[in-house]
Amino acid sequence: MVHGEAWTLKEFFVYPNEYIYWSIQIVMYPFMTGLVAGAFVLSSLYHVFGVKQLKEIARFSLVFSFALLPCAPMPLLLHLQQPLRNHHVLMTPHFTSAIAAFGIVFLTYGMIVASELWFVYRGHFVARALHLRENGRGVVDHLLAILFSLLTLGAWDVGEEALHRDEKAVKVLAGAGIPVACFLHGYAGFIFGSVKANALWMTPLMPVIFICSAVVSGIALCILSYVAVCQLRKLLGRRAAARDDLSPGDEPGGADPAIVALTARYLLIFLVLAITLELLDLIFRGYTAVKSWDILRSVIYEKDFVKIFILQYGLGNLVPFILLSLPRLTIRRAVAGTLLVLLGVFMMRWNVVIGGQAFSSSFAGFMEYRLPIVPESMETFREGLGGALLVAGMPYFLFFLISRVMPIFPSRQNY
Amino acid sequence: MITRRTFCKQALLVAGGTVLPLAALELFDPRRLLAEKEEGAKVRWVFLVDTHKCVGCGFCVKACKIENEIPYDAHVSRTWVERYVVTKDGRTLIDSPGAARDGFTSSKIDQNSAGMVEVKDEEIAKAFFVPKLCNQCDNPPCVQVCPVGATYQTADGVVLVDRKWCIGCGYCVMGCPYGVRFFHPVYNVAEKCTFCYHRLHKGMKTACVDACPFGARQVGNLLDPDDPVTKVITSERVSVLKEEYGTKPQVFYLGLSMEVK
Amino acid sequence: MKNHVWRPLYIALALVAVGLVARYLLVPPDFGVHERGYMYGWHRKSNEKEWEAVRVKYRTGRSCIPCHRDKHDDIRNSPHAAISCENCHGALLDHPKDPVSLEINRSRSLCLRCHARLPYKASLRGSIKGINPETHYPQAECMMCHYPHNPKRPNPKREVRS
Repeated sequence: MVHGEAWTLKEFFVYPNEYIYWSIQIVMYPFMTGLVAGAFVLSSLYHVFGVKQLKEIARFSLVFSFALLPCAPMPLLLHLQQPLRNHHVLMTPHFTSAIAAFGIVFLTYGMIVASELWFVYRGHFVARALHLRENGRGVVDHLLAILFSLLTLGAWDVGEEALHRDEKAVKVLAGAGIPVACFLHGYAGFIFGSVKANALWMTPLMPVIFICSAVVSGIALCILSYVAVCQLRKLLGRRAAARDDLSPGDEPGGADPAIVALTARYLLIFLVLAITLELLDLIFRGYTAVKSWDILRSVIYEKDFVKIFILQYGLGNLVPFILLSLPRLTIRRAVAGTLLVLLGVFMMRWNVVIGGQAFSSSFAGFMEYRLPIVPESMETFREGLGGALLVAGMPYFLFFLISRVMPIFPSRQNY
Repeated sequence: MITRRTFCKQALLVAGGTVLPLAALELFDPRRLLAEKEEGAKVRWVFLVDTHKCVGCGFCVKACKIENEIPYDAHVSRTWVERYVVTKDGRTLIDSPGAARDGFTSSKIDQNSAGMVEVKDEEIAKAFFVPKLCNQCDNPPCVQVCPVGATYQTADGVVLVDRKWCIGCGYCVMGCPYGVRFFHPVYNVAEKCTFCYHRLHKGMKTACVDACPFGARQVGNLLDPDDPVTKVITSERVSVLKEEYGTKPQVFYLGLSMEVK
Repeated sequence: MKNHVWRPLYIALALVAVGLVARYLLVPPDFGVHERGYMYGWHRKSNEKEWEAVRVKYRTGRSCIPCHRDKHDDIRNSPHAAISCENCHGALLDHPKDPVSLEINRSRSLCLRCHARLPYKASLRGSIKGINPETHYPQAECMMCHYPHNPKRPNPKREVRS
């Protein structure tokens, strides 16, 4: 079977070689990069712009951004027909292609986030390493001591001056990271926006739209995960308190509604920007009505109406906009709102990537994408529901691992 | 005094410096580039399709698939033939069942999931066939977007794919406005019409040209003024497909109609 | 070094160096910018030779004539003269070495490629003699009545119609 045949349904006239070649993983790719970029921008709000109230969520979102990072190229690897040749992009980059710089931009960005984390956590690494060296027992502690010693990169100085330097470096890196994060994602938009053969994709607004919706989705996921982790900690803390018979004042509190409300405000700003640009694009296409408009109109207003106007704009944008902008935001309302925002951004990616292939480039027929749910082969797993869930679940697994080494909340323990 | 740390550092620097050859930094050599450009090209392969002559027998598609080892029953093809039926009430029905590998043997028009459409003889205003293949564009957008340099244009104008270097991202497939590219079902890399590069280099014509009984397809060298194809292109009214994309296609058509997509 | 702040940068530089060494080792030596410049000619030069080396399967009808002169004489002056032998008999390859014999395709679908009647006046198809395959002796092989190498002549081996 030809690649793409398993999930493509053709209607009317479609060129014989046309199939939906860019499927669910290419939807996941901008979605995941968007989350990375958004989470980083959120953490930079504290580090660069000194929004003090965001201190707690800033640290959280930085670590989360790092956990999301390896999940951005993952969908690409699952999508490639020759995944083992992925290094060719770094070996012989062809910079006239929008994809060529991906490896370089991505690695640069990864280095920035990793360095920033190192500066944030260096003091912790040193403390942990020293503590484990002195008090460690058994093989595990010994190995952990080695790990933390390695993580210090040999910089053991935790004097006031050295820590101050760390802070300064964090600030610089967070500042440098914002344009790189925006570039990383705006550039994902450019990958689509520059395809002149695709009538739906080709617009110079695409990178800007992508950045705005990226920040929206990143902030939304951070709020959501922050609330989830806080509640989880609260639950565990309560259990531990009951067990150890500690005084109730010691247990960790839940998510701070003030932080959530403030973060939600930033989310709203970017949400408005994203919607404005998307609507501008739609209106412009309708008004200029060039050759491709006939087929685009039937895709947008007929074939994909539910996906675009109900799921994306309605449930994914309008409803959360109302939920988040009504005064006295509760945690519960924020969770509902951010969940819907994530749905909205995911649907936006879907409607761009899959919607862009919903019509033949002959403009005389349509293609429908049938997401493979039960994997019958490796191909339908990789580019089906299974692969998408794998990509979506991976950040949480990585986050769990990373947060073992870099605790996201100030600990009560003293080393 | 040499501490262990400074020693390690310096040793690493020296080792790194010797291992890293300068050549690794070179992206390309401008002098070599210039030298190669100065040699003027002598061949530019182009194609001429006379749609009046095409009867939709599909022998070209069959020959292409076998000659170029595209699995015979796979639903992709380097070349194909489209049928256009314009009805008197202004509808345009297009199809290319199985890329027309077995020709057009029925008057029913295949509309994929919308079923077969029968058009009565007396309702037909005009109907004709249009063979399609890679346009070997002068500004190939598929080559522009390849991130790794796995697809490229040769000096004689043919766009090829390096099967050993292609990563299979599909960006070239998305970048082609003509839908000529696909993934090879066996090699799992991007695949496209090569103008039968191996045949042209042996002085032969492409498999589809040799298979066409009606002379609807012709291949020639645009830089040779005596080539019959060149003569037609330079002296007659020819058109190309989707000129608006700025790709400068090099497959020229005689008798194209406005309905042709 | 006094300042520990640069340590992540050293690691980054080390990674870049590793990348460049890998690039030197993994990229084929003939990979570079060729005739069409960086935009269109960035490739591995030896790949062109690989494409040139593809085996020719359709060797055109000329090579058939020495051995099959009778058939050639039959078809030469018929309306079917333009049809290449390989269209109906398959690709020549290394025949008669490999394959020893080529296909003799008697199926109706072969003839119908041109002779299923389609009234398309704007193309040559409209002026080819055609039949409606559903009503024109649907059970019969075309060859029972028509001689493919010269359709103007009735089939010499014509079988008795019942």
